[in-house]
Amino acid sequence: MFKQTNWDEPLIFSLGRKGRRGHVLPKVEEEISRTIGDVSMLVPENMQRKSQPGLPELSEVEVVRHFTRLSEMNYGIDSGLYPLGSCTMKYNPRINELLANLPGISMAHPYQDEGDVQGILEILSRLERWLAEITGTYEVCLQPAAGAHGEFLGTLLMRAYHKLNGENEKRTEIIVPDSAHGTNPASAVMAGFNVVVIPSDKDGCVSVEALEAAVSESTAGLMLTNPNTLGIFEENIEEIANIVHEAGGLLYYDGANLNPILGKARPGDMGFDIVHMNIHKTFGTPHGGGGPGAGPVGVSKKLAKFLPVPRIVFDGESFHFDYDMPHSIGKIRGFYGNSAVLLKAYAYILSLGFEGLKEVAEVSVLNANYLAEKLKEIKGLTLPYGKEKPRKHECVISAKPLKRETGISALNIAKRLLDYGLHAPTTYFPLIVDEALMIEPTETFEKEELDRFIEAVRRICKEAYTNPEAVLKAPHNTTISRLDEMKVSHPKTMTLSWRMYLQKNNQNL
Amino acid sequence: MSKHSHPYIPNSPPEIKQEMMLEIGIKNMEELYRDVPEKYRLKRPLNLPEALSELEIKKHVEASLSKNNVSSDMLVFLGAGCWPHYVPAVVKEIAQRSELFTSYTPYQPEISQGMLQALFEYQSMICELTGMEVANCSLYDWASALGEAARMASRLTRRNEILIPKIIHPERLATLQVYAEPAGISIKQVAYNMETGQISLEDLRNKISDRTAAVYIENPSFLGFIETQVDEISREAHTHGAISITGVDPTSLGILKPPGNYGADIVIGEAQPLGNSMNFGGPLLGIFACRNDLRLIRQMPGRIIGMTTTMDGSRQGFCMALQTREQHIRREKATSNICTNEALCAVASAVYMALLGPEGLRELGETIMYNANYAVHLLSKISGVKAPVFKSAHFKEFTVNFNETGLSVKEVHQKLLKRRIQGGKDISKEFPELGETALYCVTEIHSKEEIERLTTSLEEILAGKR
Repeated sequence: MFKQTNWDEPLIFSLGRKGRRGHVLPKVEEEISRTIGDVSMLVPENMQRKSQPGLPELSEVEVVRHFTRLSEMNYGIDSGLYPLGSCTMKYNPRINELLANLPGISMAHPYQDEGDVQGILEILSRLERWLAEITGTYEVCLQPAAGAHGEFLGTLLMRAYHKLNGENEKRTEIIVPDSAHGTNPASAVMAGFNVVVIPSDKDGCVSVEALEAAVSESTAGLMLTNPNTLGIFEENIEEIANIVHEAGGLLYYDGANLNPILGKARPGDMGFDIVHMNIHKTFGTPHGGGGPGAGPVGVSKKLAKFLPVPRIVFDGESFHFDYDMPHSIGKIRGFYGNSAVLLKAYAYILSLGFEGLKEVAEVSVLNANYLAEKLKEIKGLTLPYGKEKPRKHECVISAKPLKRETGISALNIAKRLLDYGLHAPTTYFPLIVDEALMIEPTETFEKEELDRFIEAVRRICKEAYTNPEAVLKAPHNTTISRLDEMKVSHPKTMTLSWRMYLQKNNQNL
Repeated sequence: MSKHSHPYIPNSPPEIKQEMMLEIGIKNMEELYRDVPEKYRLKRPLNLPEALSELEIKKHVEASLSKNNVSSDMLVFLGAGCWPHYVPAVVKEIAQRSELFTSYTPYQPEISQGMLQALFEYQSMICELTGMEVANCSLYDWASALGEAARMASRLTRRNEILIPKIIHPERLATLQVYAEPAGISIKQVAYNMETGQISLEDLRNKISDRTAAVYIENPSFLGFIETQVDEISREAHTHGAISITGVDPTSLGILKPPGNYGADIVIGEAQPLGNSMNFGGPLLGIFACRNDLRLIRQMPGRIIGMTTTMDGSRQGFCMALQTREQHIRREKATSNICTNEALCAVASAVYMALLGPEGLRELGETIMYNANYAVHLLSKISGVKAPVFKSAHFKEFTVNFNETGLSVKEVHQKLLKRRIQGGKDISKEFPELGETALYCVTEIHSKEEIERLTTSLEEILAGKR
């Protein structure tokens, strides 16, 4: 059975010995130090650092060992199934890592002369075109650093659009379905809007009646993911788009769930005005334990003039940055975007082409439906909403019956899955499903690994009826047993750094 | 596409698909899309290039990138928010450990202790550098961190004005404006002393009021000099009930007084120079830290990793803390919408800081300061060149003024490019009051010979030799 490495590795602050060094810098050349004199004289007295920062002192050997051990206590896509719903955890091609580490990009400074960075500008410009083609949008901005950053930009674009139309004072509301990702309402608020939540219908889709009742002269737009967070395609999308547009609002596409429609359907064709993409989901770049990602935003023609500066333009001979955009919202970050991440997406698209992207979509959907069909047969589990509808990228299973009958919750199932060397699905989301297990297998995993997952869930549910203790106390085979996630946020025990740890040293954690 | 199964899609062979379709009772793949309205089904191939093999992709991308001339091909003296520094081999090696880089945000802490501990160590080391007690595990970059800091200060004080220095990175200012405007925060810029570049305390006192949510300064400033009136500025902020925010280049903190020692409540900055490549300006690594004050901590944006124990209390471990601030729990009431951040870059920075240690970090600061000041020393000897413009101590960046040379920054720049030298950033448009001025950056990567190559080239150019 799976057993995760456990090094019991101390914090780096308790390792090493005084006097050790992990890296030595080139010596300051003698003529320089002679000319400049004592460097401490250069720093004004009141600005000198009097005591050294409390960093550990380690040799290179110890640093490598420490972080190698930490990495061994971590689970990644390369370890096994990682079916986090709405996270699209797919394989990260190694060639793309290699390319992104080439000096031609890694050592390029953003303010270099345009003539010296034509190669990367060409790549970024082409990527913009490809992403526009894939999403059915007119222009794409590569600058957002992540999906939520793209959402922030998208909602700012809504604001700019209504402002130019002189309607920003009255269009203060953004509508989101109750099944929406948490970022949608959070982004809307960041851009200064109020959030109106509408309920889903019995199929888990946008309730057209509820939407009709919610739109008004105050509507700035609707944020929607399609397929939605239940993995169900919003069949009424045409009607939804019409309602929003007739009310004068804009339609925003949350691209977290773009993977299953690559090459099959395009948000732009469905009437979406603004579309963000999660490069670190759909386009196979690593999630890195929480970033860096990239969240490009595609827009329809009428919104292109509001995009952040600079835009990459081609004058027939060479590429340039264009800052001359009077209607631009401005900047949402420094420079031009997470170029090293975007380069990997460029290579990813090249490796697949149109046919390959379509294959990605279809197989990801096949995998999700395969899981849904098999899992819903397991005693204690159901597949709520849209019973007759095929799933797209993900399926949401409810463990409500199991909880009622055995006391074993979705959380317990998730923790027990870890014991099998499988990552858990997203739990308790979307909020409209009780005891939700949100499962997105992606196209990355082979049937055998999917079967292993199904078998693990089957055994866990059986165990729930026969030996619930084992499930309740899971995980047993991970680096560490179940953690107290309340204690970490309690003011008395909250320890967010080594400094705080030292301050609390005498108290019990 | 060829008939081969794609290497990234293990279930693509027709017989496997057939087997799975049979299991779920469908006859063809199109049935899986039967709920997509006919009119939205794509009827044509997308206009994308044909799929390439790995070798072809490698050749293609290498050919494109070879059109670039970067800091490995030529001498580059650019900084301005993204700086050339050496990245030790170990840093890249660790960041390429696949268990780390192929993992997601550690929602399941028991199976993700490695990433969690590494991020906790990053947070802790940032605290040591800045003199703060709490740091998050990153924001996108310095610019967006400033936007978030302004909004946090406004929430904390329920005030809507932020004071910032006149000397600030133009892109950082532009980003701040975009983050601030929807929250109803207005931005006021405090003038500087024309001789020293230092913030005018008089102007600060004129502008600060009971509407001020925060006073923000940068150290070193955007134009590279060390701001010395830090204690007075923080005191001024606190006297008026405002939050004191400092933005830092962390490579300076081995030798400069940490903001925690001069009253900063929030510290932001850019940790790219700590172990991350420039990457044409992204990904970067936004620092966000604050004092150990619950009021502040609860308003912080971004992921924070904390130390906890197992349920039975027998062992220490790590998990995400204070998630009730975040979008996936709090939705429209979240402190920010940020979720994906720059975690792997933070791990790289943790490795970098661990490699350098306190001595290495001091040496880094000293070496940079030596080299930069040596460049200043040589440049200021060139007839007509003024370097730096301000009479203040400079760390790794400095202004070079060409007003008296008869050449514009642009002209000088073009002539330097011909000698395969990328000069400093032209700031004559952003800071017209400084005339024909460029912002140069010299770090530990520049050797004495390279600095001298710059200065002799400039001498020759200005002497009209080319």
